[in-house]
Amino acid sequence: MSKYNLDYLDELEAEAIHILREVAGQFEKPALLFSGGKDSITLVRLAEKAFRPGKFPFPLVHIDTGHNFEETITYRDQMVERIGEKLIIGHVQESIDQGKVVEQTGKNASRNALQTVTLLDTIALHGFDACIGGARRDEEKARAKERIFSVRDEFGQWDPKRQRPELWNIYNGKIHKGENIRVFPISNWTELDVWNYIKREQIELPSIYFAHNRDVITRNGQLMAASPFLNMDDEDVVEHKKVRFRTVGDMSCTAAVESDADQLDDIIAEISASKISERGARMDDKVSEAAMEDRKKGGYF
Amino acid sequence: MNILKFFTAGSVDDGKSTLIGRLLYDTDSILADQLEALQASNRKNDDGTIDLAILTDGLRAEREQGITIDVAYKYFQTDKRKFIIADTPGHIQYTRNMVTGASTAKLAIILIDARNGVVEQTIRHSYLVSLLGIEHVVVCLNKMDMVGYSETVFNAITDKYKTLAGELKLKDVTFIPVSALKGDNVVNQSEHMTWYQGRSLLHFLESVDVETGAESDLARMPVQWVVRPQTEELHDYRGYAGRIVSGEFNVNDKVTVLPSGSSSVIERIEIFDQQPAVAYAGQSVTLHLKDNIDISRGDVLVNSDHLPQNSKAIEADVCWMDSRPLDESITYLLQHNSKVTKCKIREILYKVDINTLEKQDAYDFKLNDIGRVILKTADELAFDFYTENKANGAAILIDSRTNLTVAALMFRAVAD
Repeated sequence: MSKYNLDYLDELEAEAIHILREVAGQFEKPALLFSGGKDSITLVRLAEKAFRPGKFPFPLVHIDTGHNFEETITYRDQMVERIGEKLIIGHVQESIDQGKVVEQTGKNASRNALQTVTLLDTIALHGFDACIGGARRDEEKARAKERIFSVRDEFGQWDPKRQRPELWNIYNGKIHKGENIRVFPISNWTELDVWNYIKREQIELPSIYFAHNRDVITRNGQLMAASPFLNMDDEDVVEHKKVRFRTVGDMSCTAAVESDADQLDDIIAEISASKISERGARMDDKVSEAAMEDRKKGGYF
Repeated sequence: MNILKFFTAGSVDDGKSTLIGRLLYDTDSILADQLEALQASNRKNDDGTIDLAILTDGLRAEREQGITIDVAYKYFQTDKRKFIIADTPGHIQYTRNMVTGASTAKLAIILIDARNGVVEQTIRHSYLVSLLGIEHVVVCLNKMDMVGYSETVFNAITDKYKTLAGELKLKDVTFIPVSALKGDNVVNQSEHMTWYQGRSLLHFLESVDVETGAESDLARMPVQWVVRPQTEELHDYRGYAGRIVSGEFNVNDKVTVLPSGSSSVIERIEIFDQQPAVAYAGQSVTLHLKDNIDISRGDVLVNSDHLPQNSKAIEADVCWMDSRPLDESITYLLQHNSKVTKCKIREILYKVDINTLEKQDAYDFKLNDIGRVILKTADELAFDFYTENKANGAAILIDSRTNLTVAALMFRAVAD
């Protein structure tokens, strides 16, 4: 009888692969929601581990707000080319053109909230019965209670009161017509786990995750990339700073942090220091911004 | 570094929120938004220190609003280990939530208020720990500061608990006197209880052995997916993908496929681009066999020298989790790892009063009821007894009218 201990990254990886294969086995038309961010990039890597040398049993689905960082789209297209899998794009612009959503106006206008409608339309159009996403339980309190297989009604709503008990590693994917399931294979990963995994697996990321020089303005205490998608006026002062992004989303709602971290090791060191920071009276502004961003990202789901 | 999943049994009254808050706070694991809330809050303890229970306020808010109290997962790590806490409510109406949180835990923390000793709730929580077969139990005698850090009180309660642990056949029980409020023996060793020579709670959690070798004769891999690229160069590639739930598989091992009973030999083990000679419980792998036999999702590959049970009639412990009571007249779906089959409850043998542990005749079976039943399945199930191999000895029951998971099942015996 041999003693065997899985290293934590191996255990998290094996769990995620198991979940992805359950999706493949239990659903007719699953999809993997791909945002171009590090969490969904990690999911793609896990899907390769789950299904190669076979094809993925699902397409990638990108909900495109049209307000993208160019670097993300370049990355996305190169990645899809490399892995040879199908990509379906749902355009928020189409939802706007169809009059299903109205573009926000004003200084803080963003398309972040609009993408939910495009996502639901894309799910309905293709008849997806399961959507794999990269949300994690460490992101916020409500997520800490969500299941790995999470049922959505036909309006895409999550009802915390109607959650199924999730026992052992047995996932109940049974649904009624019109419902679908959101599946979160990296629920048990922390932000730091994702970074450590990216390092171990030598996964390439969009360049905006690393420190670079960029024109930014300060909005509500956050650094926003200066871009045509931001409604700027005379009060906005453009500054040139060395920044990086901790999450990747719409240009009008993704804030940057000042950073010199241009290597994975530096980023990991930066996150280790901020999440497990010296507690005390002093609040680290950077951490606070990241927490806010994390919450916004949660809104996508 | 590895991961320890544990769950906490106890209620707010026992200081559970404070204990978890203390673990998170003293290991610097507080997330930014929670720290903000903590600092902004006016809530203080009597001596002016911050109220750490605020950190688990999510649960409290739920209770005030009268919505379902649920399992919340919390994450922290030290230099030695990563931890996942399943934070579950302790009151009797949340038994199903406790069972859910406990199902994936390797260790249970049972909280006892040192002023009250072993009470009804302690018996209930310990019974659930025993039912779910949790390997390690830590009994935290909390609020030691309120009993003068008394060794006599500690000894009296531990003696009483040991009797209970014996009745319940709990395997590995450790007692730690703590004050979550003051921080004694949670992370740091207490200065007030020099008579206690053992480890602090965190130190214990960091060092408890959680290897996955206990069932290593019982190699089991439920097939989740068959990898068949069907390309020209990989025309004959046929890999059986799944997660090894127990034991280990070596290249050249003789394996049997259940329920069909056909057998073959492992030709190759793949973990993505690696081809190891052996793979262990917990790993997600792709197995290749020497013979071309019919295998699909729901089948189980097992070590031919240690076959599991293979039966359609099973005696099982059941925890009912749905507001609709058990109905012996309808057909449920039973999901056992990757296998789904139709299932009826042939007979209810008894119900357990989980406060007194008495077995009672049962005429109905409702939400949070626990007891024993005889199941009849449409297909044969290749299972192990839960006590011998948890990973292949448990299942869930699904009501196909609602698609809800309505029960947790732990297999105990083959029925006639």
